[in-house]
Amino acid sequence: MQDKVVRDRTRAKIEKQIVLPLSKAVQISLESLRMRFGRSLVTMSGIVLAIAFLMSIWTSNAIIEELRDSGDSRIELLLQTKGIETSAEDVKAARSKQTWLISLSLLVCGVGITNAMLMAVTERYREIGTMKCLGALDSFVAKLFLLESSFQGATASIAGTVIGFLLSLVASWISFRGAVIQYFPGIKILTFAGLAVLIGSVLSIVGAVFPAIKAAKMQPVEAMRIER
Amino acid sequence: MAEQSIVRTEDLKKIYKMGSTEVEALSGVNLEIQAGEYLSIMGPSGSGKTTLFNMVGGLDKPTSGKVYIDEVDVAQLDAYELAWLRCRKIGYIFQTFNLLPVMTALENVTLPMTFAGMSSDEARDKGVALLTRVGLGDRILHKPSELSGGQQQRVAVARAMANDPAIILADEPTGNLDLTTGREIIELLRELNEESGVTIISATHDMKMLSVSDRVVWIRDGKIERIERREDIEISVGTIRGKDE
Repeated sequence: MQDKVVRDRTRAKIEKQIVLPLSKAVQISLESLRMRFGRSLVTMSGIVLAIAFLMSIWTSNAIIEELRDSGDSRIELLLQTKGIETSAEDVKAARSKQTWLISLSLLVCGVGITNAMLMAVTERYREIGTMKCLGALDSFVAKLFLLESSFQGATASIAGTVIGFLLSLVASWISFRGAVIQYFPGIKILTFAGLAVLIGSVLSIVGAVFPAIKAAKMQPVEAMRIER
Repeated sequence: MAEQSIVRTEDLKKIYKMGSTEVEALSGVNLEIQAGEYLSIMGPSGSGKTTLFNMVGGLDKPTSGKVYIDEVDVAQLDAYELAWLRCRKIGYIFQTFNLLPVMTALENVTLPMTFAGMSSDEARDKGVALLTRVGLGDRILHKPSELSGGQQQRVAVARAMANDPAIILADEPTGNLDLTTGREIIELLRELNEESGVTIISATHDMKMLSVSDRVVWIRDGKIERIERREDIEISVGTIRGKDE
């Protein structure tokens, strides 16, 4: 042992690990999504469906409301023949039923996100443990999963909003033809679209909070676990 | 050369609770590891080998007793200091390689440097140099799935060296490798140990490890059974080495 070169390592005091900039976490989580694209698509499809449902209902409501308020007798007749409620009470009853359906679909979607992220955390226990052995802080690991989920959520919400809007537009077009364009509630629908994307994104982040905490609390020794 | 201890344990005990029964995995281990040493911890499974190894590496906390790394009591460190210790002082090598599958070989090696706050250009240069050192200079942009087991473990060795650690902890580094590849990894570790003076601590039951270790600590039933120096081992395991070659 005497012949070995022992580098003079100054006994520096143990320091505190630095907190990495968010851009690093963004970079890693984007790469992780890209590599597991197929898996992300499955997770995202749930959000796309829920947001598309939300957006299509909002769009058709907005269109019908605009038509109803148009005061055009020809359109009013059309609405009646299509069996669409025009009295205030009927509209109210239909609305509450819709709200119930929307809340339910969003709830199911949120549970789906939590489930998918929990699976992702369990699947990657060794990766998480390894990262911690390499010096990752708890907060960094949590950020990775929150970012991953929010990227999925934002992308899926935008896709869902576009799909929901288009489907609803086509359905309205079939029923009312040119009147839809004539009385198109552009600003209202734009507001709804923004709201739908926001709801989808927030839902994804909220759904990922528990899995992210679970990942952050994982012990580095998990990296050593061997499943045979 | 004045011998200085890089890791020291004081009457280390670890008790696991399995339901109502208590299992004593370690019952009072005193071990001093010198800087620059190549130390192997050997023992059958269930001997407390892994427990001791994890504690020496700051991955597990003792029930009683103390672990000092560079004369610092590990139990006194907060989460940020522990992360710093794992990032800068210790390099880990695993039996299952544990490269991050979403990253290239180079990205795997530079990740600990990123955690240490190094700029990307600097990290890239150093990463390339380390990968060249372990003989993978032409594979830096390959993903782990495109590398053989031996190559993956080489990347892991380069990653462990990323922040010039004082200690490399290798948990059964040859456990998932064939005989020849395993020997290459052992040789590589030995070379790095001689070149840079990094202390190597490995938990293993690979007899090939014995011939390169400065000391071998045999663990049985949570206690150190005996500590052998290399000079003594080479005679006693001569036959085993003969079989390998």
